Amino acid sequence: MNRNGSNGGSAARSLALYAAYVLLAVAILIYILAFFAGNTGIAINGGAINEERNSITIALSEEPPQLDSTRSTDAVSFVVLAHTMEGLIAYDQNDQLTPGAAERWEIRDDGATFWIREEATWSDGQPVTAHDFEFAWKRVLDPDTAAQYAFILYPIKNAEAVNQGDLPKEMLGVRAVTDLVLEVDFERPTPYFDKLVAFNTYFPLREDFFESTNGRYGADAAMLLSNGPYILTEWVHGASMVWEKNPYYWNSEKGLLDEIVTAYITNDANANLNLFKDGQIVQTGLTAPMLPTAMEQRWQIDRFMDGTLFFLEFNHREDRVTDNLNFRKALYFAQDPSELVYKVLKEASYLPAESLFPIWIQGLQGAFRKEYPLPKHSLDLEKAREYLDLARQELGLEDFPPIILLTGDSSLSLLAAEYYQELYKKNLGLELRIDAQIFKQRLAKMTSGDFDIVMAGWGPDYFDALTFGDLFASWNLNNRGRYQSEEMDNLVRTAQSELDPQKRMDAFGSIQELINSDVVIIPMYERGVSFVVDPRLKGFKRRSVGPQVDYNYAYIDSSQN
Amino acid sequence: MFLFGFKRLLQGVVTVWFIATATFFAMHNVPGDPLLNERAGSEAIKANLESKYGLDQPLSTQYFIYLRNLSRGDFGISFTQENREVNDIIREHFPVSAILGILAIVFAATGGVLFGALTALYRNRLPDYIIMILVILGISVPSFVIAAMSQLMLVGINNMAGSTILPVAGWGTILHMLVPALVLGLGTMAYLTRLMRSSMLEIIGSDYIRTAKSKGVPPPRIFAKHQLRNAILPVVTVLGPSIAAITTGGFVVELVFAIPGLGRYFVQAVQQLDYTVIMGTTVFYGAFLVFMVILVDILYGFIDPRVRLEK
Repeated sequence: MNRNGSNGGSAARSLALYAAYVLLAVAILIYILAFFAGNTGIAINGGAINEERNSITIALSEEPPQLDSTRSTDAVSFVVLAHTMEGLIAYDQNDQLTPGAAERWEIRDDGATFWIREEATWSDGQPVTAHDFEFAWKRVLDPDTAAQYAFILYPIKNAEAVNQGDLPKEMLGVRAVTDLVLEVDFERPTPYFDKLVAFNTYFPLREDFFESTNGRYGADAAMLLSNGPYILTEWVHGASMVWEKNPYYWNSEKGLLDEIVTAYITNDANANLNLFKDGQIVQTGLTAPMLPTAMEQRWQIDRFMDGTLFFLEFNHREDRVTDNLNFRKALYFAQDPSELVYKVLKEASYLPAESLFPIWIQGLQGAFRKEYPLPKHSLDLEKAREYLDLARQELGLEDFPPIILLTGDSSLSLLAAEYYQELYKKNLGLELRIDAQIFKQRLAKMTSGDFDIVMAGWGPDYFDALTFGDLFASWNLNNRGRYQSEEMDNLVRTAQSELDPQKRMDAFGSIQELINSDVVIIPMYERGVSFVVDPRLKGFKRRSVGPQVDYNYAYIDSSQN
Repeated sequence: MFLFGFKRLLQGVVTVWFIATATFFAMHNVPGDPLLNERAGSEAIKANLESKYGLDQPLSTQYFIYLRNLSRGDFGISFTQENREVNDIIREHFPVSAILGILAIVFAATGGVLFGALTALYRNRLPDYIIMILVILGISVPSFVIAAMSQLMLVGINNMAGSTILPVAGWGTILHMLVPALVLGLGTMAYLTRLMRSSMLEIIGSDYIRTAKSKGVPPPRIFAKHQLRNAILPVVTVLGPSIAAITTGGFVVELVFAIPGLGRYFVQAVQQLDYTVIMGTTVFYGAFLVFMVILVDILYGFIDPRVRLEK
């Protein structure tokens, strides 16, 4: 026993000696590795707000995939571009149109003219000219560019034909008359063109710089030219970015910070929350499970509608049960979106949806939904069952076949899908089959019509009711349920081209009513975000349209210390 | 020895070709269209994209074009990060994963061997029990839980200290690496501890240890020369595949700690059906794994002469 003990003891001593050697070796190795790591990232430990440098630190949810404004399609690239670029017209802090690179403009029924301001300057000191817009727009529509957002330029004369390769680029209805005057011809009257040009795809691009990048425009910090409040000066892919104030930028009301550092790229919501708690980033979004923590910390929680509407879209193709109006009405009256939002999803910032047009859409004077109110919807099981009987008779069916509900694979969409499955089983005795798919496959099935009902979402591109209003026109490719109605097509045409604002808005009112009475969709919810901002940062804005987060007007308020 | 190495290398090339071919056809049979986007494009826009990426060619043609480019080491351009080459993505992000992985494996190996030897030494006594409970935890708790909890702990430590002692996330300095590497290596460390323990115990009862004892060799010498060295062999065997597994499997840790490694691109590419990145990362990781296995085979020959003799 004694012998064994001493055996163990001296062996332990030699093990400890080995351990000491090994730890020393590990320590040396760590330093060698740290040296190499230094070459693959920039070390940033400035904290969320650095008053001395007039700088803030933020996180992005992913690496911006495409900073060539003529080709980008995703929210993160839009956020970066909203700080480094400026279109002819921009949105101010109250989401009102405000002059951007153009100091004034005129929109006629056959075209538009933009007068570009003399002080508009690129980040290399050269002036922004009308040629830069002409070049960018022609590049968007060039078939070789293969821009996915090309369609948003289709109101310009010959745009669609150029994009399809039927006409040469030179035939596009845009030309720089002088360096400072841009002339645009329309394919059809486009009274909302001022709102369109604020969109990313309409941003300028300077030909000589673009050519000098040899097809790598937007790939690196040095491969970008900016005309917005900030310049991208450092970019370590996947790791970090630095946006510095653009010394040549003309508007003293924007770009108030000297530096914005994107030190973290992760879409892990908890990681973002931890970074915020540790004082490393200035703002972060909060999901429902995080709200108790946020309350404990006594943070001031802000809420905002992110602009996106979610809805059940029916398949209106003829061979589907969902083509039957009474069937759709039965489904409509057997549900209540407030139950979905308040009792099932329980996301505090979400809003039960009532209409195709979200609450933040503007009407003539005030909110569209105040000017064109819909009758209040409430659950009515009796009515729902009557409609279902009618549908049964019309379709000549004893029993309804299982209804395919196509949905995404996120936990939230699965939760909602299971709720509808249970609801329609209980209220109408219908069987719903959930078909959960990854994003790309859901889109493929939506496009080919392989569903009865799909849980779909739509976010706005520009600040006009038409961004939702034209969704169910028979020619709209996003109308994946193939809803077809002459009345709808006529209303959308009016909404697109009518120059009298009152008549145009009335058309949107009628579209809303038609969607409702024809039960083209069942609105589910309007998505919102809860978020928390460092109290020292003022002027930070989240937007429903345009960049989701906007630091262009943000500044540090030192009195908050 | 050289012939042996050459043969293994040839086998490796065939394996990589097989991986490349299987991935290519599997990927093209995954439902969904990589070029579809939320905003439905017209037929013209879609045709423009398809011809840009060569997807309008028949599949067999695409396969041969792909093989030809692969033999030149050219993986093409990413579908989602449209102005980055897949080669650039691998070149910029694999070193990050590799550094993190090496550190993790160093932690895992040193910890595994030390703790394993310790548990064997103190078999069925308190240190053994404590370490073995931790080992079971380390093996069974998934890394995203450990990652999230350790990050939360870092926030707590920093808040208590009133300043940032260890950064919560990010990349660039030695301090950024320590906790993520530890979290990443924890599972392997637990596995190696168990392996080392059983291997040590097996050897304690063997004939040559008894012979050494009867010859009067001092116990520390027996422990160091005979026990430890022989027990380490199985650990070295699993080290190769472990290095590959750790270096390629850091997706969760990379995401939680906002580390710009390759694992993130690997997983996101699959979600977004980014064909070129899927192909590039899979083939690259496959080749890396095959290379590590071959390397261990060859190293094994140096450590254990018997392996060489058998060939």
